[in-house]
Amino acid sequence: MDFLTTHAPALIVALPLLAAFAIPLVSRAGHSARSIFSLAVLGATASLVAILAVDVYSTGIRVYTFGATLPEMALPAGYTVPVRIMFQVDGMSMFMGIVITTVALAAMLYSLQFLKGQSGQPRFYSLMMLLYVGMMGLAFTGDMFNMFVFLELASIAGTGLAAYRTGMADAVEGGFKYIVISAVSALMVLFAIGLLYSQYNVLSIAALAHYMEYSMLDMMALGLLAGAFVMKLAGVPLHMWAPDTYTVAPAGTTPMILAASYTSMYALYRVTFTLYGGHIDTAAIGWIVIIVGVLSMFIGVMMAVHQTDIKRMMAYHAISQGGYMLLGVGVGLAVLADPVALASYGRDAINGGVFHIINHVFYKALLFMTAEAIFFRIGTRDTNKMGGLARNMKWTTLFYGIGALAISGIPPFNGFASKLLIYQTVLNFSPVLSAIAMFVSLVTLASFAKVFYAAFTGPEMPAYREVREVPRSMLIGMGILAACVVFFGLFPGLIVDTIVAPATEALINQTGYIDAVMGAVP
Amino acid sequence: MSLLEYGYAVWAPLVWILALVVVGVIVLILRNRGRKSYKKGTAQGDIFLSGIAVPAEEQRHVKAANIYWGFFEALKGFYKGMMRPHTGIVNDYILWFVAVLTVTVLILLLTS
Repeated sequence: MDFLTTHAPALIVALPLLAAFAIPLVSRAGHSARSIFSLAVLGATASLVAILAVDVYSTGIRVYTFGATLPEMALPAGYTVPVRIMFQVDGMSMFMGIVITTVALAAMLYSLQFLKGQSGQPRFYSLMMLLYVGMMGLAFTGDMFNMFVFLELASIAGTGLAAYRTGMADAVEGGFKYIVISAVSALMVLFAIGLLYSQYNVLSIAALAHYMEYSMLDMMALGLLAGAFVMKLAGVPLHMWAPDTYTVAPAGTTPMILAASYTSMYALYRVTFTLYGGHIDTAAIGWIVIIVGVLSMFIGVMMAVHQTDIKRMMAYHAISQGGYMLLGVGVGLAVLADPVALASYGRDAINGGVFHIINHVFYKALLFMTAEAIFFRIGTRDTNKMGGLARNMKWTTLFYGIGALAISGIPPFNGFASKLLIYQTVLNFSPVLSAIAMFVSLVTLASFAKVFYAAFTGPEMPAYREVREVPRSMLIGMGILAACVVFFGLFPGLIVDTIVAPATEALINQTGYIDAVMGAVP
Repeated sequence: MSLLEYGYAVWAPLVWILALVVVGVIVLILRNRGRKSYKKGTAQGDIFLSGIAVPAEEQRHVKAANIYWGFFEALKGFYKGMMRPHTGIVNDYILWFVAVLTVTVLILLLTS
């Protein structure tokens, strides 16, 4: 057990990475062998995530240095800066690890039946594992260069998954757009890392934060990093790729690509809070995040309500909901240098923004799965061609209802709890911003009510008389997420106290992150 | 565990559910006081359209494109403006990216 606890950060990435390359071999033994192997690896990794979570929440930041005599030895003897590849897992990294692992498990379960009989499955499962590795690595890494490496890994795997249905022209187009925006963003990230490395000769986030002088070049690097991560997380006006990509990706992969977007959001928070949050007034970058958040909320929802393609509508809602997260955390960032405002409402605003990440990933993944369940049975995403599906797809209707109510912020589902935190804290900062957030929730409800009416209610359509409910493994995948949505809604205090507040504390406490590596350095 | 406390307010979902159950019971009681002579599946439940023949099932259903028609009609100008930048061309996405990067870097340089 001690071995597992000690080496969990490395094993969490190594195990699925090895599995990704083993899957094509295991696939030769058949579909069942591949399914069992993929699920077993992901299940084992989830257990390691749980072990690491217990350790991080009870003892604090975990530093894992590759190649060191002892993994926790961040600085080699005689050195004043870290030179080895390092994972640094704090409350925020662990929070992302839990989000990513839960979504990956549900997506894997859902995909088992969804893909049955389709070609290219070994590659699909390999890419799923690689995407998981990319996201987990990005969440755990303690240095900027490996942040770039894992970002690239996630982007390439995500592209392969988005374009999985190579027989469909729009799938290839969606994949192409994803790789173009990912490559351009990654180049900007690399350029920014170059600017930082050229000045400080270090790549460790903690060391960079320790030595940061906030020069003109540093601020340019911040601008490049912020822009690149906003592009990857699909913040308005850099959101246009998201509907094209989310819409065409197969069901199990859309939630994974969505989670990859929020991993970029994590990277944005890590850079703004941990790398730059120490000594400069973060009001300017906070306001930039708030403006992107408000634009994303408003334009995302207004575009969503206009769509007739069910997945495209949900993709625009993903952009809109991302705006809530940016708004909450942006308010916290804007008042980071003001201890009174931070204690009064800033910390709770960040809590709301962070809490909304996990809530949104769960209900949006659920909603994407219900959309693909409909596509799986009737072969279209066009809501104009749907009607009366609740008669034959009762479970899918129920799951859609839960997801729709949660995303609209209707109590007692999880979306309400995080939105309430955001409304009330942002109200202290700016009542106008809070009013916009509430208006966006109203339009969200209208948008999902429209699709519910058009797709599920109404008379039985002759064309869909023979439609049946989707297979059991797809229902289990949706069921896990629906259970999370309900549980998080009924016990928000437990979730906030256990995993959200430590994540917020990790973002605010820059000194703790730096000291975990540079503690002995004057 | 269930309570979400954040400084100046409290959200208690279990209390909210309890209240919902009470309201639900009241609604059921009121519903049961309704007309008893209604029989499901008889002519009482047939659609009546002022004597006009009732259209086929697929024609009776309001399509998604027709829902909120007035809303979209009123905001036609807004949506025309919104559609313009959503070209679907990846070159345009990169142009937006360059513009946003430039503005962000300038703001950060001017405010630091």
